Amino acid sequence: MNKTLLIIQREYLTRVKNKRFVLTTILMPLLIVVLIAGTTFLSIKGKEEHKVAVIDSNGFFKGNIKNSKAFTFEFPEGVDTSNYLTKGYTDIILIPKFDGTEKKINYIIRSKKRISINSEDEISTSINAAIEDNMLQAAGINKAQLDSIHKQSQFAELKAVEENGGTVKESSAGLSYAIGFGSGMLIYITMFIYGAMVMRGVMEEKTNRIAEVMVSSVKPFQLMSGKIIGIGAVGLTQFLMWIVLIIGLTTAAQAFIPHDVMEQVKTLQQANGQMPMAGGGMMKAGDAAQQIYKVQHTFSTANWPVIIGLFVFYFLGGYLFYAALFAAVGSVVNEDPQDAQSLMLPITMPIIFSFIIMTNAVQDPSTPMAVWASIIPFSSPMVMMARIAYGIPGTVPYWQLGLSMLTLVSGFLFTTWLSGKIYRTGILMYGKKVSWKEMFKWAFRKK
Amino acid sequence: MSNILELHNLKKYYATQKAVDDISFNIEQGSIFGLLGPNGAGKTTLLRMITGIFYPDSGSIQFDGKTFDPLNDIIKIGYMPEERGLYKKMKIGEQALYLAQLKGLSKSDAMAKIKFWFKRLEMESWWNKKVEDLSKGMSQKLQFVITVLHAPKLIILDEPFSGLDPVNANLIKDEIYGLAQRGSTIIFSTHRMEQVEEICDHIVLVNLGAKILDGTVGDIKQQFKENKFGIKLAQVPEQLNAASFEVVEQKANQLTVKIREGYQSNDVLQYLLQQNYTIEVFHEILPSLNEIFINLVEGTKATTRAFQPVTD
Repeated sequence: MNKTLLIIQREYLTRVKNKRFVLTTILMPLLIVVLIAGTTFLSIKGKEEHKVAVIDSNGFFKGNIKNSKAFTFEFPEGVDTSNYLTKGYTDIILIPKFDGTEKKINYIIRSKKRISINSEDEISTSINAAIEDNMLQAAGINKAQLDSIHKQSQFAELKAVEENGGTVKESSAGLSYAIGFGSGMLIYITMFIYGAMVMRGVMEEKTNRIAEVMVSSVKPFQLMSGKIIGIGAVGLTQFLMWIVLIIGLTTAAQAFIPHDVMEQVKTLQQANGQMPMAGGGMMKAGDAAQQIYKVQHTFSTANWPVIIGLFVFYFLGGYLFYAALFAAVGSVVNEDPQDAQSLMLPITMPIIFSFIIMTNAVQDPSTPMAVWASIIPFSSPMVMMARIAYGIPGTVPYWQLGLSMLTLVSGFLFTTWLSGKIYRTGILMYGKKVSWKEMFKWAFRKK
Repeated sequence: MSNILELHNLKKYYATQKAVDDISFNIEQGSIFGLLGPNGAGKTTLLRMITGIFYPDSGSIQFDGKTFDPLNDIIKIGYMPEERGLYKKMKIGEQALYLAQLKGLSKSDAMAKIKFWFKRLEMESWWNKKVEDLSKGMSQKLQFVITVLHAPKLIILDEPFSGLDPVNANLIKDEIYGLAQRGSTIIFSTHRMEQVEEICDHIVLVNLGAKILDGTVGDIKQQFKENKFGIKLAQVPEQLNAASFEVVEQKANQLTVKIREGYQSNDVLQYLLQQNYTIEVFHEILPSLNEIFINLVEGTKATTRAFQPVTD
């Protein structure tokens, strides 16, 4: 059997057979679900409730200002800035008298703790809406009319579509964001996990002097590439198991949905969201069915095969690009793990930097920064995944995708070649602390 | 007998030192060859060139009558480095199988050979153990088996006895003799001179990257002998004044004498007989390899350069 294949096989099997691998593969998705649920719960639960005393010299805010989840507005008597805290209010708003002719007035909110930007926004929206209502009423529209206008004007709902070769296709910014951020994040995490795994593997071989035995039967490059490919295969296996796990769980979850609800969902799907006419009027789909249809419909707007295919490509490309560098670092480190820390820094910095660009790109995928970062191989695996979710060729033209893939492939070929040269010397070198300058010298010398 | 290995003017320079500087020697097929030298003499670099890990800067290596081709000849070589290298978490049987397959053996072939050696060295019960469960001596034995498993023509052993108890050391020693008898050549690298004297047919001593000694153990001892003899007399006289020798050392009635130039051992005997002393013992004292080694290496920078005091 081919020797590199033997090495790949060993690296793969020893890791996959490990109990820890099975455990993390199963626990990781559960952990993520718990984490998301936990943070969502905390962000809802953790929102501070404000009880605001409004001191209004004009007298028209009472009844016109709407309470929200976080804000309760009250118009008490005998409360002022000196005693609002003792009377159980968290904030007090002072609105001066005005008659509508002023260019600008200032009203003041006083509170015990600084209020957040979001809260400031919410308060000023509420106050401005109340002023607007007041002006409209002054212009002769009565309150009943105003209320019905407010209610009626909510009928418009935004539906985004994108160009899709002559026809248009529905798109969902929310879903794109989630996919972009999720896949970028996943690549970021796995790059660190598997990169570090490669490095530790190389360090083990070096410090246990296995490398000496090995390089007398295989070439150092075979040893390095076998390890990188073997661990990459472990990563792919993990993803595959996650996909199977997710499909399995959703199928299992569907089994709990009552049969008639699913029937309604099916009808909705066939009729493109509208219930067919039956007898005298529209058939009404149940709330549950509408929810499920909405979720399924949103998910169907994404081009899953392309996204998954490209995810695998960018995961592998990014992994190969960085794993080779991690292997090179592992080969020059001696027993001291502190050396590893300092030598790793030049590798971890671009990864972290790419992650920051990714979080921006996922909000605005067409900035020049995002475009270039998605082409340069240092950052392309993460940043391109963030952009791809917004659509090809709408957001990401084919030429950008092609160029990005090409640079990534040539990028990892280059880092592998470079690291191979460092690795060859480093793996048999003991007791000496190696600097980046020396590694550079090894990489670019002739023989 | 033909040479399995011929080194011609091998050179390997590093940026700061000449690790191997123009070394040539031959190793006969089926012999047990000792490669000696103090720490940092260039032994490891030399061995790494012989095992194809490093390419020499200049010079050539002839292996088995042809120019050494690391890619294809590597299967004919077994190398056991001084520092043992095994995967700690891997099961012993799997590990042996893996390393044997990397040497180029087929799976079934490797399996049969592992079984043979494990049985021979009474290691069968180890199969499912992990390396981290083994003692130092046990992992030594395992490493030895892995090195010789594929029946290489040339076996290179770097300090093979360190950490072995006398029983296991003897076991391995017997295996080494056996392998040599069956036609394998063994290169044996060590600092332990008494082992070299006992085992090796031929030795080479390197120091500071250069060869300083090359020959059979017997020849070298002859070459470095100081014409010393040990004599035991029934009764030692107060004064021993002879033209042919001088007394170097005396312990009770045992004397060590050095024969003066131009005289032979018989002259000493003649003198002693003439004086009518009763000779109980008369034998030549050859220097031990240890003494030769220390004599040759001491005083060179090799052993002292690391700790030289800083002087202006």
